[in-house]
Amino acid sequence: MSDRIVVLGAGMHPWGKWGKSFIEYGVVAAKAALKDAGVAWKDVDFVSGAATMRNGYPGYVPGATFAKALGWNGAQIASSYAACASGVQAIAAARAQLLAGLCDVALVVGSDTTPKGFLAATTDDPDDPNWMRFRAVGATNPSYFGLYARRRMAEHGSTRADFAAVKVKNSRHGLTNPYARYRKAFTKEQVLGAKIVSDPLGLLDICATSDGAAALILCREETAKKFSGNPVTIAGVSTVTPQFPDLWLDMPNFATDSAFAVRTPARSFRDSIARTALEEAGVEPGDLDLAEVYDLSTALELNWYENIGLCEPGGAEAMLHDGQTTHGGSCVVNPSGGLACFGEAVPAQAIAQVCEVAWQLRGDAGDRQVEGARAGVTGNQGLFGHGSSVVLTK
Amino acid sequence: MGSRPVVEGWFSEGEEPALTGSRCTQCGTFAFPKQLAFCSNPHCDCDEIEEASLSRRGTIWSYTNSMYKPPHPYVAGDDFKPYALAAVELEHEKMVIVGQVAAGVAYESLAVGDEVELVIERLFSDDDGDVVTWKWRPVAEGASS
Ligand SMILES: [Zn+2]
Repeated sequence: MSDRIVVLGAGMHPWGKWGKSFIEYGVVAAKAALKDAGVAWKDVDFVSGAATMRNGYPGYVPGATFAKALGWNGAQIASSYAACASGVQAIAAARAQLLAGLCDVALVVGSDTTPKGFLAATTDDPDDPNWMRFRAVGATNPSYFGLYARRRMAEHGSTRADFAAVKVKNSRHGLTNPYARYRKAFTKEQVLGAKIVSDPLGLLDICATSDGAAALILCREETAKKFSGNPVTIAGVSTVTPQFPDLWLDMPNFATDSAFAVRTPARSFRDSIARTALEEAGVEPGDLDLAEVYDLSTALELNWYENIGLCEPGGAEAMLHDGQTTHGGSCVVNPSGGLACFGEAVPAQAIAQVCEVAWQLRGDAGDRQVEGARAGVTGNQGLFGHGSSVVLTK
Repeated sequence: MGSRPVVEGWFSEGEEPALTGSRCTQCGTFAFPKQLAFCSNPHCDCDEIEEASLSRRGTIWSYTNSMYKPPHPYVAGDDFKPYALAAVELEHEKMVIVGQVAAGVAYESLAVGDEVELVIERLFSDDDGDVVTWKWRPVAEGASS
């Protein structure tokens, strides 16, 4: 049995604010992925859902929710929740089932509807740190992004203009992406002139929240031959936790770990996320043609260049301004337009990143195609020590 | 009307207020909020953890502000005023803790590396009086501890 797992099909529901049920979006994405793979729903024997916390009980059990919506077919199911990394946990669960020979064709789905404005606490429970951080400190998600951005400015001399250049790049990348919510080119002046949310970040530096859904069909390499889809290899998957002590002030925590007894981890959490997947894949950062990373803020995209290993710490601004992370450069970052053009749909986003990389490696990305793309990586990080990455190769 | 803490047991008040964290009696690892049942150090299997008052002073690791009113359960009242936040590095505990910056501090005066100290201040008021929380206040240059 082959130990090579492939993405055989990818599908999305466009991101936006559509006012519909997350189940409808997920079904649209799932059907698109099935069609892309040339697979019939009856052939799917494992459904792996990424959960949403904002849609009641059906959101907690997405494996069953989407299996029912597509019409019960007796498939085995799993539901995963891991904040922003939920989508890749769902991919990892499906991959493990396929590798073990316990299923043949897996459907992975993530979908969400999100409220306008700040992502807020989902329970009214003072024992939940995600509640208490709003109550006791008023620390929103953008507050943390602001802290990270100011830290970057202090460490590397970055400026607000550097951050704005990320938005300018990503807004151009996403201009013709039919799945992106925001398709408008922004100038540096517009980004710098937008109202400040959490200094040094303005409204155009911080990603919005959106409705959206993404789905994948996964199978073993030899199974793929039975279908018409054009497979792309999943060469590495990472859902690593931090190593103690985690000295990055992760959302929604009040404090980092204490490095009193153990001074520094072997590798920082953010550095470990993508590098773990790259190591499994045997792919060097220099071999990457594209990366889809979580630009929750413009400044965080720059951190990712360094976290992935595209450049040394402090080298990201030069890479950006040299054009190395746009079309024609060494590694195009966020060719989809990234969160800047999508807005975050939490359980769908990590899956959407994999959809984009798969289409790019197949040469199916249309106007936003990265020339000759052969290897790509995704990276994200969210609440409670969750991060994820997938490496795909042609 | 008196004042009451926004959360019980997270900080002490008085002349020299401090955050109440915890410390492992074996390896010395700190935690905030306090965590008395287990130690976070994976190399330590000690379960005797004691409460510990954390250092009152530290240096700014980073800072930011909130120009928009946060969602519930933040209580802003009708007259929301932007506020600053600082993530502060404690030298002894070797950790970073976030809190609001004390009222009346000019945002533009903050800088990474500046020394700050912990104060207890009003967060909001309701029918039962003031609700207080911990905040960081820059230490005036030349001030003694
Ligand atoms: Zn210990």
